Amino acid sequence: MQLFPCPFCGPRSETEFHFGGDAGNRRPEGFRAVTDGEWAAYLHDRNNPRGAANEIWMHMTCGEVFRMERDTVHHGVAQAFALLEGGGDDGLAH
Amino acid sequence: MTAWRTEGGTAIDRTRPLRFTFDGRSVAGFAGDTVASALLAGGVSIVGRSFKYHRPRGLWGAGVEEPNALLDIAGGMPNTRATQVLAADGLAVRSVNAEPSAEKDRHAFLDAFSRFIPAAFYYKTFMFPDWHLFEPRIRQMAGLGTLDGAVRAPAFAEQVNHHCDVLVVGAGPAGLAAARDALRAGRRVVLCDDGRQAGGSLLFRAATIEGKPGAAWAADVVSELEQAGALVLAGTTAFGIYDHHLAGLNQKGEGGAPDRLWRVRAKSIVLATGAIERPLPFGNNDLPGIMSAEAALVYLRRFGVAAGRRVVVATNNGLAYETAQALSAAGADVTVVDYRADAPSPEGLRVLTGRTIVKASGRGAVSAVRLSDGSVLEADAVLASGGFTPTVHLYCQAQGKLDWRDDILAFVPGRPVEGVEVVGAAAGDFSLPAGLAEGAGQDLGIVAAWPKSRAKERVWIDLQNDVTAKDVELAVRENFVSVEHLKRYTTLGMATDQGKTSNVNGLALVAELTGRRIPEVGTTTYRPPFTPVPLASFAGARSGTRMSPLRRLPLEREHRADGATFREYGGWLRPAFYGSGAPEDRIQAEATATRAGVALFDGSPLGKIEVVGPDAGSFLDFIYYNTMSTLAPGRCRYGFILSEAGNIYDDGVLVRLDENRFVVSCSSSHVAGVHALLEEWRQDRFDRRRVFIHNATAEMATLTVTGPQSRALLEAIGLGLDLDDAALPHMAVAMGRFEGQAARIARVSFTGERSYELSVPADHAASLWSRLRREGQAFGATLLGLEALMVLRAEKGYIVIGKDTDGTSRPMDFGLTAPLERKKVEFIGRRSLVTEDAARPDRRQFVGLEAIDGAGVLPTGAHGIEHLAGTPRSLGYVTSSYFSPALQRPIALGLIERGLDRMGDIIELQHLREVRRARIVAACAFDAEGGRLHA
Ligand SMILES: [Zn+2]
Repeated sequence: MQLFPCPFCGPRSETEFHFGGDAGNRRPEGFRAVTDGEWAAYLHDRNNPRGAANEIWMHMTCGEVFRMERDTVHHGVAQAFALLEGGGDDGLAH
Repeated sequence: MTAWRTEGGTAIDRTRPLRFTFDGRSVAGFAGDTVASALLAGGVSIVGRSFKYHRPRGLWGAGVEEPNALLDIAGGMPNTRATQVLAADGLAVRSVNAEPSAEKDRHAFLDAFSRFIPAAFYYKTFMFPDWHLFEPRIRQMAGLGTLDGAVRAPAFAEQVNHHCDVLVVGAGPAGLAAARDALRAGRRVVLCDDGRQAGGSLLFRAATIEGKPGAAWAADVVSELEQAGALVLAGTTAFGIYDHHLAGLNQKGEGGAPDRLWRVRAKSIVLATGAIERPLPFGNNDLPGIMSAEAALVYLRRFGVAAGRRVVVATNNGLAYETAQALSAAGADVTVVDYRADAPSPEGLRVLTGRTIVKASGRGAVSAVRLSDGSVLEADAVLASGGFTPTVHLYCQAQGKLDWRDDILAFVPGRPVEGVEVVGAAAGDFSLPAGLAEGAGQDLGIVAAWPKSRAKERVWIDLQNDVTAKDVELAVRENFVSVEHLKRYTTLGMATDQGKTSNVNGLALVAELTGRRIPEVGTTTYRPPFTPVPLASFAGARSGTRMSPLRRLPLEREHRADGATFREYGGWLRPAFYGSGAPEDRIQAEATATRAGVALFDGSPLGKIEVVGPDAGSFLDFIYYNTMSTLAPGRCRYGFILSEAGNIYDDGVLVRLDENRFVVSCSSSHVAGVHALLEEWRQDRFDRRRVFIHNATAEMATLTVTGPQSRALLEAIGLGLDLDDAALPHMAVAMGRFEGQAARIARVSFTGERSYELSVPADHAASLWSRLRREGQAFGATLLGLEALMVLRAEKGYIVIGKDTDGTSRPMDFGLTAPLERKKVEFIGRRSLVTEDAARPDRRQFVGLEAIDGAGVLPTGAHGIEHLAGTPRSLGYVTSSYFSPALQRPIALGLIERGLDRMGDIIELQHLREVRRARIVAACAFDAEGGRLHA
């Protein structure tokens, strides 16, 4: 069982976390301008990397949404980052 | 085999004799004996029948590596190793895969046909017409123990989560030294060993460490560890290493107690797991009486049992000499057959060097061996050592990669794994800990003795799975040359044994057959568990309702007193209906009484998620399909929450309490999901200092008063607010007081009647409920269960998410197109609503279905059918269907292709060969104008 570092709570068991998708999968804004292809890529295209991964996770017990860099091969966690405060869409998630 | 009790035996207490039964036969032993040592001492040479050929099998090992002696314990665990069960008075054990007993097995004839049942025989033979026809019979003839379904565990297995600095697995010399080093360096230490006593090889091999006999040194180290607060777990197997240094440990329960599961999270792990002796490959090397040389030493020194009187010790290395000398000293007649040409000959021991065993013979047990020089040695025990395989399972589970060492003919841990250290024999180091032990220790000095191809004899590679050298040859001939394929084709290295004794001999044979070196063949993947772990350990207390606990209402006791029948709805245990009598009659009566007067309903599980802050309005505009920022304070609005794919995720009423304060009423089964969705979007997209979310679902109870008399009942109670419709119209909200607490009163209706939802702190729910019950008597108030509510809402065409919607439903399928046309800003899923799929004219749309064939209520799930060129095709299906008490006829709701454009059409419906006819009508079947909401 993996330990994930919640920026708010510290290291916690992976069963307390919920996967939120690839970091940097920015939501295409402006529903009239966005093409079908851009929207489909946002909805369905996933990085699924072998090795270094940059992901959004939510710690379900405290509600913190954060970015985590980890490795999908050896499951090492490099770093976790709180989302930027106060700026609206910070481009990390969605 | 004629094993016998000698003097001594450090594990047993001869003052405490005991008796147990094996296959119904009484066996004597002493306290401290394992079932295996007592069977050996009692002259039971056949302890089991082999998996496939039903060959007689004796003990090979003395510990976790034992492949043959699997037992079912009466009233307990199946497939338990005799070497790991303590003998006890009254214990009853049975051999597995033998009927009626291991000695007189009725399937023993199968061995005579062995030529006709090679590897993969079953796959090739029982193919036509279907393997499943043959499987039950074959499974009965082959296979292992049986689970006694009548046995109930006396208690749940405990589960313990533990953290430490250093976990040491294995309490032999290397493990003890490592644990003591860590302790003295100030670390918090856990030490575990699958033996009942710490010491490992020190318990049976002669050694002097720091001036003390090995076993005494081990005991001293353990007491130093325990006195300093280290946790020492005996009888505890580390069965798996998982991510981030989590180890799974199973601690054997004694005296019928369940095992205990430990999850130990260590900063670092030391593996001192030792090594397991390999068999020597010669003909009939599976005969009872052929035993691991090291195991024979264990039985002699620990249990005072000599394996035989005329003993052949066969070895390709130096470590078996201690066995030979010890048995000789105990009075056995010992001959050593040393495969090495230049082996040293210790004084007083008969050693035949440079010779190998070709074949063993004997009926039921070994009686002689033929050597490579043609000579024959009579023997009642053959103690074999084919070298040692370091126990690297846990290292490999931790993603370690193995290296092959030619000097010790074994795979050893290769590149280091972060936080995992391997020491002692597990690392291929067979000497005692450096700097502690006196003398050079024993020299392995091994030569190769691998199985050879084209042997005339039947040479067993895997005793537990009955795999011979010929089976491996056959598999390679059929091109199963990858070890993973070979394993699955021949079953080599499978089952509870996982190739502990067989793996390397099998790999060596494949290497020879395919012209590769052993490391080129590689090993199969090591997976947890190292030894079988009872499922009860993994389950712990999580069984029955504890597996998925039901959520319970604050008023459950009150509902029970009122005769409620409870059912589970979305994880909540809720009243389905009240009172005795036919459920359908009760449900109809509750629904009728609601529309006639007034009803009380417990809606506490309804989601109540507060969204607060100056940006709450614009936040909710993004969350909802509908525009919510325009909602006036004190008002409520119904809306959908979509997924980004444009599908309906949830529906419900949004309440605006004031400029900066909203309450999201989501479906009771969706509260956790909606809460997470709100949090994720809030933190990603909004200024988290300007919008906050608080889930108040559990702290507030919601009691609903519904029916034409509802206002009158509330006025009788007096909640400290103006209930006049001008002040509190339909879809308005206001604050009142109850028992000095703020009470939220919302005019929201799921019945189609005038309704008031009263939300109060959960600890005031009981007194509010009793007050409503008391004052309600004057109005003939009824109690309304969830089933009748479902009927009432269906009469009105109100939807239930997940019942009347599916994973493809979009808001326009429910006729709600205005927000998409008029809303100015982004919302979740918006772009998905302007796709080709969303605009398809043949979408399934939400409609009512009126049965016109007089055959009663339509079956829920019935499909609407159209016939295209004689081929039936589904138009969608019935989602909800009831008998309407208000209309006195069946009503139904459904998702039907182009349904909104086909009002009045009659369609065919089919369900399990039943054919029905129904007219497509509006979803709302009762009070379409909604006058009753204000009546
Ligand atoms: Zn947290």
